[in-house]
Amino acid sequence: MDNLGTIGTTEEQIELLDVATNFCRDKSPVDKVRGLIDDDLGYDPGIWKEIGELGWLAIAIPEAHDGVGLSMAEVVPIAEQMGRNLMSTPFGSTTLAAQALLAGGSEAQQAQWLPKIAAGTAATLALREENGDWDLSNIDVTGAVSGDTVTLSGKKQLVQWAASVDLIIASVKIDDMVRFALIERSALADGALRRETVIDETTRSYEVTLDGVTVSTDALFDADRTRETLEKIELAAGLIHAAEMTGGAQAVIDYTLEYLKTRKQFGKIIGSYQALKHPTVNNYVEYEKARTHLYSAAHSWGEQGRGEVAVLMAAAQAHSSYATAADRSIQFHGGFGFTHDCDAQLHRRKAIMGGALIGDAAYQRSKLANLLFD
Amino acid sequence: MAGKPSAAELKDYTEQADAWFKENTVRDPGFMLPLTFMEVSTDQQFDFLRDWQRKVYEAGYLGASWPKEYGGGGLHSDYQRAATRAMKKYDAPIMLNAIGNGWAGPLILDLGTEEQKQKYIKPMLSAEDIWCQGFSEPENGSDLGNAQLKAVKDGDDYVLNGSKIWTSLGDRAKYMILLARTDFDAPNKYAGLSFFLSPMKIDGITTSRIKKLTGEYGFVQTFFTDARISADCLFGGEGNGWSMAMKTLEYERGAKVKPVGGFFVKELDVMEIVELAKTSLRNGKPLLDDPVMRDKMTQYMIDIQALNLNNIRRRMPQLMQDRPMGLPLMNKLARTELIRELTEFSLAFQGTKAGYYVGDENAVDDGYWHRSYLNSFSATIGGGTSEIQRNIVGEHALGLPKTR
Repeated sequence: MDNLGTIGTTEEQIELLDVATNFCRDKSPVDKVRGLIDDDLGYDPGIWKEIGELGWLAIAIPEAHDGVGLSMAEVVPIAEQMGRNLMSTPFGSTTLAAQALLAGGSEAQQAQWLPKIAAGTAATLALREENGDWDLSNIDVTGAVSGDTVTLSGKKQLVQWAASVDLIIASVKIDDMVRFALIERSALADGALRRETVIDETTRSYEVTLDGVTVSTDALFDADRTRETLEKIELAAGLIHAAEMTGGAQAVIDYTLEYLKTRKQFGKIIGSYQALKHPTVNNYVEYEKARTHLYSAAHSWGEQGRGEVAVLMAAAQAHSSYATAADRSIQFHGGFGFTHDCDAQLHRRKAIMGGALIGDAAYQRSKLANLLFD
Repeated sequence: MAGKPSAAELKDYTEQADAWFKENTVRDPGFMLPLTFMEVSTDQQFDFLRDWQRKVYEAGYLGASWPKEYGGGGLHSDYQRAATRAMKKYDAPIMLNAIGNGWAGPLILDLGTEEQKQKYIKPMLSAEDIWCQGFSEPENGSDLGNAQLKAVKDGDDYVLNGSKIWTSLGDRAKYMILLARTDFDAPNKYAGLSFFLSPMKIDGITTSRIKKLTGEYGFVQTFFTDARISADCLFGGEGNGWSMAMKTLEYERGAKVKPVGGFFVKELDVMEIVELAKTSLRNGKPLLDDPVMRDKMTQYMIDIQALNLNNIRRRMPQLMQDRPMGLPLMNKLARTELIRELTEFSLAFQGTKAGYYVGDENAVDDGYWHRSYLNSFSATIGGGTSEIQRNIVGEHALGLPKTR
C-alpha cells in the first residue's frame, strides 16, 4: 500500500514541543482549569494574549500574511500539550479558521483576516446543524443572493468560542451548493448566540442564529474552492483534535498511574494488582500507538494520499485510546471516580466532545476504509 | 576492512550479496519450510536448513562481522547488515542455529575464555554444532528464576538431575546453554543459579519430543538423570547463572556484540492478510463490503501501521522523552498479540473452508493460516508470556509496584 506514510520531525516542531510542554504545564494547572469551568468566558484572556505574543496562531500562516510560514505539523505539539493540560482557549478554532481561509479564501479575504489572526484575533468555524450529521456537506442553512448581498437563514450548532471571536466562517447553501461565508461577529443580532450546555465543561459552545444576517457577496469563498475547503477543514480538524486527544490520553493515564501508585486496599498498593495493572498497560500501549500516528500524520501533512490516511488513523486511534483510558480511569478510581472532583471525568467528557465535533473513532475508520480498500 | 565502509565499498558488497542470494536462495524445496527455528519438525527440514546455514556461512554472509580469529569475517557490521538485507530481499530461509548464534555465541565472545572462543564459535557459525537452550522447566515456565534442575559438584564434575522443557532442536543439539541450581541454601532464588555450556550427547541426558497444538513437532523435553559434565562447563562462575541468562537476552539488542546476521524467525507478512481479505468473498460479495469485517480490518491496519512506525519512533529520542523505555518494552507484547489476533481474524475470511486443516486439498493456502494462528501462541507464550510482558511494562515503563 503506497498511501501509508512514515514518521519524522522538524527542528521547529521539537523546539515548539519543548516550549509548549513547559508553557501549558505551568499556565494550566488543574485547579485553574476547574476555576474556569464556572467562568463565563471559559479561558484566561491573559494566557490567550501570551499565546498570540508567542506567535502560535501565526505558525501555519504564510509569511506573506505576517505568519511564520510553517505548517500544521508544527501546530501539532502545541495542540497536544494543550490537550494534555486541559488548557482551553480559542486556539484550535482560530487555527482551523485560518486553515479554511488558506484553502478557500480569495487573496483579498486572506489579506484582510490572516494578519489579524496571526496577531491574536480569535476566529471560529460554524459547520454543524440540527441534523447532527458529521458529513460537512449535509447542511440546511441557506443564503439568498440579491444583487451583491447574501441574506442568511437558519441555525448553526456547536460553534466553538463564538462569543469570543471576531470572525465566524459558516458553511451555507446557496443555489443548492455548499459555500462558505465570512461573518463578522459584530454583524450578529443581539441574542443570536445561545450558550449551549455541552458535555465538555472546559470549552464554550454556542448555537448561532443566522436568520436575517446579511453579508456581502465579497464575503463568500469562491464556489470552485468549496471542495478543497471542506477537505482541508476535515483534515486540519482531524489533526488538531487528534493532537489534543492524544495529549489528553497521556494525561489521564498519568493521572490514573498516580492513584494506582498511592492508593492502598487490603494492605497493598492497588497498582500491584494485575486486574488494574494489565488494563492500564493495554491503555498505555494504545496511547503510544496514538502518539506515533499523531507525529506520522504531522509528518505526512500536505502529502497527497498519505496525508489523509495518516490523519484518519491518528484521529481514530486518538479518540479510541483517549475514550478508553478515561473510561478506565473513572473505574479504577473507585468511589472517588464517581465524583466531579476526580479529574477522570474531565477527560472522559472531553473525549466525548472531541468525537462529537469531528466524528468518533468508528466514523474516522469508515472514511479510512474507503481510502484503504476501495 | 574492519573500519566503516565507504559508500562505494558498501555498494559493491551489497551488489555481490544480492547476486549471491538471488542465485542461491531456494524458496520452495518441495516441502514446507519452517518460519522459525522453533518449528523444525522433520529430518528433511533440519538437513535442508543446516546445509543452507553452512552454505551462507561459507560464502561469508553469516558472522561477517564476528572476529576473524574465531571463524568470523572480521568486517564492519555495516557489511553484515547489507548481507542480512539481501537475505530478506530474496526471502531466504531462516538461520537454523538460533540459540548458538543469537545467544551462546555473543555470550562466549563477550565473556568466554580464549579456549572457549576457539572451540565453540566456528562450528556454531557453520551449523556443525547445533545449540539449544535449557532455561524453562516443567514447573517453572514464567518463573525462570525459580529453576530447580540440580547441579552438584562432585570432584571435577557436576552431576545434573532434573528436567528442562521447550527445548527447540533439543534432540539435534550438541550443546545446551543450561541454567541450573548449584546452591539450594542461597540467600535468594537467583543467587543459587549457575550457567553451564553443557554437552547434550552424553549418558544420563535423554530427550522426548513434544507434539505441538499444530500436530507438528519442534520442541523436546530434556531429562537429566545423574548426567556428569566436566566442571569446565561452568560459565561465569557459581552463583552467577541469573546474570548470565539475563545477558543472553541483552545480546538480542546487539548492544555489546555485533549481530551475527541473518534471521531466526520469518515475520509473517501482515499485508498478505490484507490481500487475503481483499480477495475473499462472503455471501457472494467482497468480504470487505461487510461493515463489521471492514471496520475490523481497518482497525488492524491502524495497529499494523502503528507498530511499524513505533520501530522508527523508538530511535527518535525527541519523541521518547517521557518514557524512553516504553516502546522497546511493549514491542514484544504488542506485536505478538497483534499477529495472534490477525491470524485468527484471517480464519473468519474463509467461510466453510475455515473447517479444513493442513493436509487437506480443500484447505485455503494449504492450511497456512490455521497453522500460523496456532503457532502464533508460541510467541505470546514463549519468551515471557503476554501477561508477564504486561507486568514488565507496568513495572519498568510505568513504575507500578511489583506484582507478587
